[in-house]
Amino acid sequence: MSLFALTIAELREKLRTGEVSAREVTQALLNRIQAVDGKLNAYLWLNPDDALAQAERVDAKSDKLLAGIPIAVKDVLNVDGQPCTCASKILKGYTSVYDAQVITRLKQEGAIILGRTNMDEFAMGSSTENSSWGVTRNPWDLERIPGGSSGGSAACVAGDEAIASLGSDTGGSIRQPAAVTGCVGLKPTYGRVSRYGLVAFASSLDQIGPFTKTVADAATMLRVIAGHDDRDSTSVPRPVPQYSIAGGVKGLRLGLPKEYFIPGMDREVEAAVRAAIRQLGSLGAEIVEISLPHTEYAVAVYYLIATAEASANLARFDGVRYGARVRGEDVIDTYGKTRGAGFGPEVKRRIILGTYALSAGYYDAYYLRAQKVRTLIRQDFEKAFQKCDAIVTPTTAEPAFKIGEKSADPLKMYLCDIFTISCNLAGNCGISVPCGFAGKLPVGLQILGKAFDEETILRVAQAYEQSTDWHKQRPVL
Amino acid sequence: MPDVDINHVAHLARIELTDAEKVKFSAQLKDMLAYVDQLSRVDVTGVEPTAHAIPLTNVLRKDEIRPSIATERILKNAPESARDLFIVPKIVE
Repeated sequence: MSLFALTIAELREKLRTGEVSAREVTQALLNRIQAVDGKLNAYLWLNPDDALAQAERVDAKSDKLLAGIPIAVKDVLNVDGQPCTCASKILKGYTSVYDAQVITRLKQEGAIILGRTNMDEFAMGSSTENSSWGVTRNPWDLERIPGGSSGGSAACVAGDEAIASLGSDTGGSIRQPAAVTGCVGLKPTYGRVSRYGLVAFASSLDQIGPFTKTVADAATMLRVIAGHDDRDSTSVPRPVPQYSIAGGVKGLRLGLPKEYFIPGMDREVEAAVRAAIRQLGSLGAEIVEISLPHTEYAVAVYYLIATAEASANLARFDGVRYGARVRGEDVIDTYGKTRGAGFGPEVKRRIILGTYALSAGYYDAYYLRAQKVRTLIRQDFEKAFQKCDAIVTPTTAEPAFKIGEKSADPLKMYLCDIFTISCNLAGNCGISVPCGFAGKLPVGLQILGKAFDEETILRVAQAYEQSTDWHKQRPVL
Repeated sequence: MPDVDINHVAHLARIELTDAEKVKFSAQLKDMLAYVDQLSRVDVTGVEPTAHAIPLTNVLRKDEIRPSIATERILKNAPESARDLFIVPKIVE
């Protein structure tokens, strides 16, 4: 099998024993990117010489967890000396001056930072169509979206253009693209991974997590990036477990929330997910009916809280310290012109909604009320987790849609995240794993866990993955 | 449903909008406000708001000198700079 098609675990074995070198692996990936990225447009930036130089420097025979493994990163994470545009015109030409904490950790474990992946501008979107640098295409059907906002990070793993990648998940931006491209996507618990060096979108929701080809690889990536960092006060000083994924599901109680099977759901998606849940039952898990009654309000809560936080976070893009500046008559006029020219339509739309929700006279009715309903959503999960160890749901209600299909209607696009958003609002962890196909398009099973209980969802995911071969299916490019 | 003064909101957001954007965004903002209005159905009496999923407290570190990013590297990203400073349009007359 070609080197680019292997997993972290498989490649580490070959690298450790000296069967292949880090340079050969990196070159194999660069060749693969050369061959297929013209079709996918997963990468925004690549520096082959730099990647090969990193490969030369690494001791691939060491015991480091990612020694010699080429990994792609979403264009929202700072890597010293690389551009970081968040797929926005307003950051065109920006060069990072430091490493994000997750990048420091990848480098410490010997990973090769391969390149930067496409995304919805400032991580706002569910299709990667909101990128200022063109859409990314789904490796399973080039007419379709790869999900979003981390669409490039998903497509590059699904298309074998990286062994693994990092993305960020504010309302589903890792799990949803993982589901529709047929890879594994993990959103760790809020506070588990340092966001130092992640360009902030909605600070009470953002988390960084991996895209991988297998559950075992996701556990490896989490071991590398998890942990306290004194430069992110929201990162929690809890020890990082080994994330042992063996053990199976026998004796585990898996909650099936009735609110996650909605009218209008794609029938093949529903059938695949229900079959996966039956499979988990036959592996020894006890399936219990649960209710998350405030689920229907999650999208509304999310779009008030996330946009309000974004309106504050994105105030820093004002053409003073970085990015493109459009000069106006005075400083206020300069801000307005710079931001009017630099931000794309979805970013403007969300900043406007968020600004409105926070503005005098409307704060109580919108933002504060949303925060209260957020409490009710959290409490739904607390109650549910008294009855079960993890929750199983579809990751999305439908498979990848066609490019352009939803871009005219923002609300329709927002509803794509209906099953993934609550997890961010509650601050829990979640993972999406491949569980079948709707026609030729991948379907994802979402497993949600308690805060800081990644081990259980990884264990469930591993047990499921090992009893199927969905994760071995690859698109033909 | 409250009226939306798009000029006021755009000014607060410091985003200059074109006339076409004003028309489009005010209509879309109204649609979104109509959608989120469903939250008014929820009984939130006595419910505390959640700002963060985990309790946050101030984290203080020792007040000591540490190495920082070199000024010239940071200023390289600035649209305009001089003498180790960011240059902005005149703010006060």
